[in-house]
Amino acid sequence: MPKSIKATNDFVVKFANVNGSGSASANEMFARSIMRMGVPIATRNIFPSNIQGLPTWYEVRVSEQGWRGRRGGVDFMAPMNPQTWDKDVREIEPGGYLFYDSTKPLPASKFRDDINIIGVPLTEIANSRYELPRDRQLLKNMIYVGALAALLDIEHGVLETLVGEQYAGKDRLIKPNLEALGLGRDHVLTHLKDACGLTVRRANGVGNQIFIDGNDAAALGAVYGGATVAAWYPITPSTSMAEAFAAHCKKLRVDPQTKANRFAIIQSEDELSAIGSVIGAGWNGARAFTATSGPGISLMQEFLGLAYFAEIPAVIFDIQRGGPSTGMPTRTQQSDLLVCAYASHGDTKHVLLLPEDPTEAFELAADAFDFAERLQTPVFVLLDLDIGMNDWLTRPFTWDDKRVYDRGKVMTAEQLEAGKEFGRYLDVDGDAIPYRTLPGTHPTKGAYFTRGTSRNRYAKYSEEGSDYVDNMQRLLRKLETAKTILPQPRITKAKQPTKLGVIYFGSTSAAMDEAMVALSDSGIHIDAMRLRAFPFHSDVPEFINQHDHVFIVEQNRDAQMRTLLVNECAIDPARFSSILHFDGTPITARFIKKEIADRLAAFEAAPRKRVSS
Amino acid sequence: MTYLAKPKFRHPGLEVNARGFTHRDYEGAISTLCAGCGHDSISAALIQACFELNIEPHRVAKLSGIGCSSKTPDYFLGQSHGFNSVHGRMPSVLTGANLANKELLYLGISGDGDSASIGLGQFVHCIRRGVNMVYITENNGVYGLTKGQFSATADRGSKSKAGGTNNDSPIDLVGMALLAGATFVARSFSGDKGQLVPLIKAAMTHNGPAFIDVISPCIAFNNHAGSTKSFDFVREHNEAVNRVDFIEGRDEITADYAPGSSHDVEQHDGSIIRLHKIEPSYDPTDKVSAMDFLQRHHAKGELVTGLLYLDSHPRDLHDYLGTVDSPLNRLNEKELCPGSAALESINDEYR
Repeated sequence: MPKSIKATNDFVVKFANVNGSGSASANEMFARSIMRMGVPIATRNIFPSNIQGLPTWYEVRVSEQGWRGRRGGVDFMAPMNPQTWDKDVREIEPGGYLFYDSTKPLPASKFRDDINIIGVPLTEIANSRYELPRDRQLLKNMIYVGALAALLDIEHGVLETLVGEQYAGKDRLIKPNLEALGLGRDHVLTHLKDACGLTVRRANGVGNQIFIDGNDAAALGAVYGGATVAAWYPITPSTSMAEAFAAHCKKLRVDPQTKANRFAIIQSEDELSAIGSVIGAGWNGARAFTATSGPGISLMQEFLGLAYFAEIPAVIFDIQRGGPSTGMPTRTQQSDLLVCAYASHGDTKHVLLLPEDPTEAFELAADAFDFAERLQTPVFVLLDLDIGMNDWLTRPFTWDDKRVYDRGKVMTAEQLEAGKEFGRYLDVDGDAIPYRTLPGTHPTKGAYFTRGTSRNRYAKYSEEGSDYVDNMQRLLRKLETAKTILPQPRITKAKQPTKLGVIYFGSTSAAMDEAMVALSDSGIHIDAMRLRAFPFHSDVPEFINQHDHVFIVEQNRDAQMRTLLVNECAIDPARFSSILHFDGTPITARFIKKEIADRLAAFEAAPRKRVSS
Repeated sequence: MTYLAKPKFRHPGLEVNARGFTHRDYEGAISTLCAGCGHDSISAALIQACFELNIEPHRVAKLSGIGCSSKTPDYFLGQSHGFNSVHGRMPSVLTGANLANKELLYLGISGDGDSASIGLGQFVHCIRRGVNMVYITENNGVYGLTKGQFSATADRGSKSKAGGTNNDSPIDLVGMALLAGATFVARSFSGDKGQLVPLIKAAMTHNGPAFIDVISPCIAFNNHAGSTKSFDFVREHNEAVNRVDFIEGRDEITADYAPGSSHDVEQHDGSIIRLHKIEPSYDPTDKVSAMDFLQRHHAKGELVTGLLYLDSHPRDLHDYLGTVDSPLNRLNEKELCPGSAALESINDEYR
């Protein structure tokens, strides 16, 4: 007999499916049932760039402590896809559980001695009850959910409630789904009682949190932030953000009297056109955005330089995926930092916002429109596939009803009429941000010509070196102003004073929070700084300079954030040690903890030369 | 390179239009194009059209790409906002600008290098989306700013100034516009202001995507023997199918035309486009036969000009999108932000 993992509210379940088989909604229902019992979950969809027939996985981490990253390893595997069976079985932790459809006998070589085998004849149960092939397929999914729930002690009533909610309005589907759930449960209760040592027990870990993906959250943030124009081109993993924006607008932005739309969304012919329309709308005073991913950012480069140089507000959501080129379209990475921070030819520098989860994606999405109009420049909101396309258990959204949009320095007809001096590229109050006028404002004052060529402070074409330098220096000073208004980094001090630091950002937070506790428990004390924006606030170099050695954790190959930090903060690279995870799966706490612990052990064996600060 | 400001004084007796503007109010900076450039004639035609239509200059937004033609918006309507964007991508910028504020008149100025090569995609897509605009290509078949390379509208067999022969088949922007769904399509010649001005006026009052391809010879690089875009060649091969009078409200125009040879089309704003037929078989309201006519005459080496297609009931992008009457750029947080109470119930949907 193999040993059996015993765990309550702390284990990982993974489903292997074939995409297009209807498994996604069944799996999600399973995950939600745990959450409804007050036990936090962290879920990850792992899917191919394909619509039907290829392998897909769904991982549910049950964590009463509320860890939101992937843990690594699988305690309970449900491989419903023969194509990936061998790989899936190998992934199970010793003492873990293999749940499978035992309708057709499998040779002993397909199993392992050190895991627990739980066979349920799912196909046989489904086929004996249902006639139609489609019913057999879809309801088989519900049968396994029912069986799984019974094995893990998930309350059956919770699942019944969820079925009712899912099929509200399609009431005829409720009864067969409930029946299928019951078939699975009954089989387990009759034949497999106590077969599984993993248990879900009611807890109070969920509280008022919500379960939402980052693209949906960012789209809602764009609605709250006042975006009226969206131009986009479909590309994984950003498509669902544009579609969510459309869905939210239809509910929230229709004039109640006239039924007319307070928004305009166009599906552009390509990413070049999408960013062009965003820039046109921004130039004309509407809050506009596009949603894209790495290949789209590559295509937008020329226009981004125009928006930077001509000083036009624009918001770009980049839901990062694995690059370069087509790369890994359905896997996650943080590898667009440099291409966004320094987008386009010539000397440029752009604002980046780095949300850690869907809640912050909502908040920074709304803020991005204020920053773009205040700074009159493109603002990138860098999500990644992990945040964008996975449902996260996350803080509920809040909004201050007293909040007024910051429309930036827009000179009005009244100000022009009163004789206020207007120079489109004139720094009147030292923040390096000039006033702009919107087309159509005043019959005789304030019109100017926008161009990507060099110009003087009054927007007149100029090839004078002094005019060009004056303007380029002001643009640099404007980015200094940006540092003071963008979100500041979040610093977490270790329990004990330490000369070790770690820097991280974006979706790495989920794994980092957990790794920090694990490191602390093992006696390693590190101060942590989570970056939230670029260009960097003055706290960033200060934090680095307070520590002798700083780890930078990122999800790309080339340590792009390290490049930005070395470059922008003029820091000796020897002070940094990069921890890089870029295989397309979300980084785990186990990985971070091991890397840091191993490197510290190596330092102690051969101490590094101290770097002067 | 507009270093020169135009002097502001004007003759006190200069004619004013119904809104009190003179011609000078519609002018811009001094042109830096070559003396005799066809593009300057088009700028002059635009100025005249805006003057005659009593347009408030600041209610026009002029957008362009890159090239000689795209520089011209600096040379007219100096009280309008202008946007010289990137090569071939003016249509997308104009589309976005139009979405932000539906109340302005959007004038897209482009050339054959800008619209027929890198910009071909955006050209057709902004038309097929139905953006309410006047899109003018100042078409000379040549890259002027880079000194004389063929553009994509140069005819096969046409000779360059340097002596080369163009082997590539030409892009017909009028044909493209028709296929893409433009609801107003015209072709004219920069040397025929009498034809061009009424066409521009008609296009400016058209409530949908209006396209005018204006053949505009390049005096420096494409005005030689062997070119099919030279002044001489265009004059010899110009086949106008109609003449247009643009009639606003009660300004009845009386001219002697043979009975049955003219046809009135009323615009959404009450103005009237009066078409005087020159080619009796040409019907600009029948798109399919118009396309057939254009192709057959093009094959014969003729340059068909005039109002080539008109849909008298156009719709525009805002109609399709169902946007509110108020320009989107004027909506504030009260109209745009659903507020905290709505957010509370949204949170509930995700629990």
